[in-house]
Amino acid sequence: MLVKAKGTQQSVAASRLLDGEAVWLGTGNIWVEDVAQAAVFDGADAIAEALSFAKAEEKRQIVVDVYPLDVEITEAGTRPTHLRERLKGIGPTVRRDLGKQARQPAA
Amino acid sequence: MPDTHSPALRSNQPADAHAAVYRYDEFDKTFIFERVEQFRAQVERRLKGEITEEEFKPIRLMNGLYLQLHAYMLRVAVPYGMLSSTQVRRLARIARVYDKGYGHFTTRQNIQFNWPKLEDVPTILRELAEVDMHAIQTSGNCIRNVTTDQFCGAAADELVDPRVYAEILRQWSTMHPEFTYLPRKFKIAITGSPNDRAAVQVHDIGLIAKKDEVTGRVGFTVYVGGGQGRTPYLAVKARDFVPVEEIIGYLEAILRVYNQLGRRDNIYKARIKITVNEMGADKFIGLIEEEYARLPRQKFHVDPAIVDAIQTHFAPPPWVDLPAVSDSFEAAKAADPAFARWTRTNLTEHKTRGYAIATISLKPIGGIPGDAESSQLETVADLADLYSFGEVRVTHEQNLVLAHVRKDDLYPLWKALDAAGLGTANAGLISDIIACPGLDYCALANTRAIPVAQRIAERFADLDRQHDLGELKIKISGCINACGHHHVGHIGILGVDKKGEEFFQILLGGDAGTNAALGEIVGPGFDYDGIIDAVETVVNTFVNLRQPGEIFIQTLARTGHAPFKEALYARA
Ligand code: HEM
Ligand code: SF4
Repeated sequence: MLVKAKGTQQSVAASRLLDGEAVWLGTGNIWVEDVAQAAVFDGADAIAEALSFAKAEEKRQIVVDVYPLDVEITEAGTRPTHLRERLKGIGPTVRRDLGKQARQPAA
Repeated sequence: MPDTHSPALRSNQPADAHAAVYRYDEFDKTFIFERVEQFRAQVERRLKGEITEEEFKPIRLMNGLYLQLHAYMLRVAVPYGMLSSTQVRRLARIARVYDKGYGHFTTRQNIQFNWPKLEDVPTILRELAEVDMHAIQTSGNCIRNVTTDQFCGAAADELVDPRVYAEILRQWSTMHPEFTYLPRKFKIAITGSPNDRAAVQVHDIGLIAKKDEVTGRVGFTVYVGGGQGRTPYLAVKARDFVPVEEIIGYLEAILRVYNQLGRRDNIYKARIKITVNEMGADKFIGLIEEEYARLPRQKFHVDPAIVDAIQTHFAPPPWVDLPAVSDSFEAAKAADPAFARWTRTNLTEHKTRGYAIATISLKPIGGIPGDAESSQLETVADLADLYSFGEVRVTHEQNLVLAHVRKDDLYPLWKALDAAGLGTANAGLISDIIACPGLDYCALANTRAIPVAQRIAERFADLDRQHDLGELKIKISGCINACGHHHVGHIGILGVDKKGEEFFQILLGGDAGTNAALGEIVGPGFDYDGIIDAVETVVNTFVNLRQPGEIFIQTLARTGHAPFKEALYARA
């Protein structure tokens, strides 16, 4: 089941309308394909503001299925706390040749 | 890539001219192509921002398009699980050109593509329509793709060809004005022999063929109110015998009662199984009978002329007269033990002398249950053309079937399958696992299911050990929705979320066959590593307890769950 975000640090996930690619809201209100680069919003107000921007992006036909998720900040960047959200950032664990994990590190 | 990956044709007929797939008439074709163009326009409007996702979502779902964890997912219907080699090649082509080179066969006899782009989907649907395929009725609160027994038209024990009635049901239900907005989705399964190979008792309506011993008439035993999901129920028997010509009238009565009484207020209570069980089976059956008595029965009487017309689509292929025993087959079995082993699990008796039904395992040890690469699909299509009248079937156990293979041809068939990674001798055995996509693909999942299946198969990789264990069905779902049929696995595995960690419960004693049963949770769950050991503990307990000739489910029925519980939890 969908996991409710309830922590103080959250990011915003979505899927790109055109190809269904998983994306996250990055800093500067751009959508990034790498969850490590997802912006981390601290506290209820910041999260609400980010979500409202994301919802507007939904209206602008950029993304669909916007939702917040709990994250933590690590040396390697933003890391979702829940397994489901981590897998969304990687690809199928049974096909390491597919999904984001199969790509060359972003240039 | 051109779509001509076809062996030299031995006559001027297409190699799959006799494949028993339903061939669309002009009306159906026009309808399907119109639907594609309609969807193309809707996608264009969506991409231009003229319709919102809220408006678009039901439209895309009606066309089989879901949004999953990593991408969109397109679910394509395979009516009654029947495909011609032309259709198989088209699926291979779609996988290669528009997806990532593979497709996934599901327990609903459908195929799913896991990576299509929204903008390509109308074109994919058009490519499907060109070979009489579509993605309609794979979602939504309608009567879904009717499923049947994968050995239909070939099995030695068959009383009636279930495809004919599945097709009549399709024609009756498609566009039935009353049944496009049912309280909830509705799934019907039909098996044409007294032996249930279509898990009919876990469907909203299940039909099992039956012969009335007195009159010799053929009909169906009708079950109603079965289902899996979060609240599993076995169906109750509504009528022991409904003659074939009355079946539509009887189902109409069931659907009418359900349509009136089904709960539209709560999505979790809207399936017919809930209505039947909240109301009590006797009362519900009483209402069906009342409704049935009221119906203008003549109107729903199945016209023999229509049956005949539909029957022509499923006409038997031109079998030839063969000796019952094939010398070359017997010699190959004697000479090649690996082949002999495959014949023990992957062949089923055919109704015609000299032929056999071959099950192609999509469960290579360590592979992903139900996945097939484009090249494998093309190999299967070629082999179907060579050896089985250009026809391929999809089973609800996520395997494929060539239904009409001459015994003489079985050895070359198996060698070719084996070379393509499709020759595993494990149909019905412990490594022939049903697993849902789970967290590797599915946005609703709690846990992964595929790698659990892979690791169990690897643990039991030794085929001699598997054959020694005998029939043992493991079914795995990554969440309570039960797409992986865990309720009816001899050993069922259900993934649950425990504080963000993957956890797995074991159910024992489920059965999807003629003696349908729901499994029971045996005790506390296991973690991702522990679940494999736990399955092995269950299996070893069986080996210690079994009497000669017993399979797992029989031993379990005899001993009860206690010794298994003890073995699993005693040391903890
Ligand atoms: C990956 C995308 C999938 C999603 C989002 C999905 C979703 C669902 C949901 C929500 C249900 C529960 C519906 C209900 O109880 O009313 C369900 C049931 C089911 N699904 Fe799936 N599913 C997916 C894939 C599959 C696959 C791959 C299979 C076959 C392997 C499958 C076969 C089934 C079956 C057999 C049921 C049980 C129907 C019943 O309640 O009797 N699904 N699915
Ligand atoms: S059972 Fe759950 S996890 Fe598995 S495919 Fe169905 S919805 Fe997804």
